[in-house]
Amino acid sequence: MSAVISDPATASQSPTWHVASRLVHNRSFMIGAGLVLAIALLTLFAGWLAPFDPLRSSFRTRLRPPDATYWLGTDHFGRDILSRLLFGARISLTIGLLTALATGVAGTLIGATAGFFRPLDNPVMRLMDALMAFPAILLAIAVAAVLGASVPNVIIALAVATTPHTARIVRASVLIVREQEFVEAARALGATELRVLFRHVLPNALGPLIVRLTYVFATAILAEAALSFIGVGPPPPAPSFGSIIAQGRDFIAEAPWITIFPGFAIMVSVLGLNLLGDGLRDVLDPRMRT
Amino acid sequence: MARPILEVKGLTTTLAGGTITILEDVSFGLQPGEVLGVVGESGSGKSMLALSVMGLLPKAVRRTAGRIVLDGEDLAALSPDRWRERRGSDLAMIFQEPMTALNPVMRVGDQVAEVLRRQGIPAKKARQETINLFRKVEIPSPEQRVRGYPHELSGGMRQRVMIAIALAANPKVLIADEPTTALDVTVQAQILDLLRKLQKERGLSLVFITHDLGVIAEIADRVLVLYAGRVAEIAPVRKIFDNPQHPYTRALLASIPEIDRPRGRLVTIEGAVPSIGAMPKGCRYASRCPFRRDICEQESPRLGLVSSDQAAACVQPFGFEKPQEEALA
Repeated sequence: MSAVISDPATASQSPTWHVASRLVHNRSFMIGAGLVLAIALLTLFAGWLAPFDPLRSSFRTRLRPPDATYWLGTDHFGRDILSRLLFGARISLTIGLLTALATGVAGTLIGATAGFFRPLDNPVMRLMDALMAFPAILLAIAVAAVLGASVPNVIIALAVATTPHTARIVRASVLIVREQEFVEAARALGATELRVLFRHVLPNALGPLIVRLTYVFATAILAEAALSFIGVGPPPPAPSFGSIIAQGRDFIAEAPWITIFPGFAIMVSVLGLNLLGDGLRDVLDPRMRT
Repeated sequence: MARPILEVKGLTTTLAGGTITILEDVSFGLQPGEVLGVVGESGSGKSMLALSVMGLLPKAVRRTAGRIVLDGEDLAALSPDRWRERRGSDLAMIFQEPMTALNPVMRVGDQVAEVLRRQGIPAKKARQETINLFRKVEIPSPEQRVRGYPHELSGGMRQRVMIAIALAANPKVLIADEPTTALDVTVQAQILDLLRKLQKERGLSLVFITHDLGVIAEIADRVLVLYAGRVAEIAPVRKIFDNPQHPYTRALLASIPEIDRPRGRLVTIEGAVPSIGAMPKGCRYASRCPFRRDICEQESPRLGLVSSDQAAACVQPFGFEKPQEEALA
C-alpha cells in the first residue's frame, strides 16, 4: 500500500512552497523581482544613499549637467537630481503599493460579493461597468481634482480608477471556484455561506488577483506621474517621479537630464513590476498550468 | 421493525419552475445500522436524491412535495439555516470525486479538525482526534499525513480523508454518493472493505449510491432501484439478485457480464432512458420493456408490495408469471 502514497518526508510541502519553487525557476519573475527588490532597497535607504538634501536649493548649482559631484545633474533650483530621485521613489512607490493594496481589498470585497451572492451580481457589476466606461486616468484626474492634490487623495483616486477591473477579475475567479466540488463538500459539512466564501472560495481564487495587483502597482506609478505632470499629483516641493518630470518640462531642451533620469526610473520600476507580474501569471494562472 | 432513522416520503423534485420532474414520489426508509444501496443509470436521479436529503439541491431544482424525516424530525419543514446545522453533525456525505472534493489549499488534517471544532472540541484535542480518525481509516503514518495537502495524496488516500471527515461529524445518517466510482478497481475494493468495516464497527446508517451492482452486492443490506426518477423496486439485496420483480431490475442483472458465460456480445437494455423533458405518460420503462402491455403506456404503475419486504412498481411483477430468459437476452 505504501506504493500509492508519496514519501511522508515531503508531506509538509504546502501549495505555497510548490508555487515558490516554480517561481525560482521562472526567469521573468526572477529578473522582475530583482529589479523591484533593488529599487525597494534604494528607496528604503534613500536617507543614507542620497548625497544631498533633496530639498536644498542653491542658485550657484542650478542646471548643472551630470558630473562627478552631481551624478545625475541638478534642476533649475540647483537641487541634486539623484537625491530627489531616491526620495521621490519613496512617494511614487508608496502610492503604487498603497493603491495596489486598496484596490486589492476593495476589488476583492466587491468582486467576491458579485461572484458569490448571485442576486447582487447584476447590480454590482453594472455599476463597475459604468465606472469602467471612463478611461481610468480620466477618472483618476476627476477624483483627484475634486478631492484636491495630496498623496492620500492621489491614492484614493487611483484606487477608484483601478478597482472595477480588479473586481471583475476576482468575480470571474470566484465564479469558477464556487462551482467546484469541495465547495459543495464544505456545505455538506454544514459550513455557513460566509465561511464557505472566506475559507474555501477566496483562498482558491486569489491567484489572478495577485497578478493583477502587480500591474496595478505599475499602473499607479505611471498614473502618479501623469497626475503630477498635469498638476493634480502630490504637491511640491516633495519630489515624486512625476513631479520631477513635471518641473523639468520647461528646461527639456537645455537640461534634458532633469526629465530623462526620472523617466528612466519610471521605466525600470514599471518594467520590473511587469516582469514580476508576468512570472507570477505563468505560475499562478490555471490556464497555464500543466 | 424499529423506527427508521431516515424516512423519505413522497419526495418530488422539479426543474425549471415545475415543468420537468426529476424525482417523482420517491419513498423509502433507512433502519438504524442499515446499508441501503441506491442503484440507477446516469440521470436516474441518484445524486438528486442524495442532495435532496442533504438539503443541498441546486437553485434551479425545487422540492415540490415530500417529507424527509431524520430521527423523527422533518428536515423539509426546517428553515435552511436549521437544516444547515444538521449537516456536518447528523448528516454527512462522501462525494464521488476525491480529487476535487477536498480544498486544495488547506492541510487535510485541518479539514477534518474543522468538523470536530464545530462540535466544540478544543483545537489541541481536535488535532489528536484527527490523527485517531486517520488511523481509523487506515492512512499510514497519520502524524505526518495530517500536515499534508490534498495534491500530495493518491485518490484512494484522499477518499480515506473524505471518509475521516464524514466520521468526524459522527452522523446519524451517512450518504455516500458513488464513493468508489472514480477509483482504480484495487483501491475500490480497499475503500469498500474499509467502509464495510467502519459501518459494522460503528453501526453506521448508510445510504450508498452507485451504478455498480457488484458494489451493491458487496455492501448493501437492502437495495432501491431508481429508474428515470421513480422507484422501480426496493427489496433486500438477496431478493434483488435472486428474485427481482421489476423487469428493469431483471434487465440490469442480465447485463452484468459473467466470466463463466460464453463470450459474446455484452447484453444491453434496448433503447434509452426517456429524456427528462419528455417523460411518457405511463410507465417510464414501458418503451424498453419486453413484457409491455397496453395498460403500461396508459397509467404509471404504483409501487406495490410483492411480498412483505419487497415492492416493485410494475403492473405485472414477476411473482405472477414466470419470465422467459430469451426475452431478456
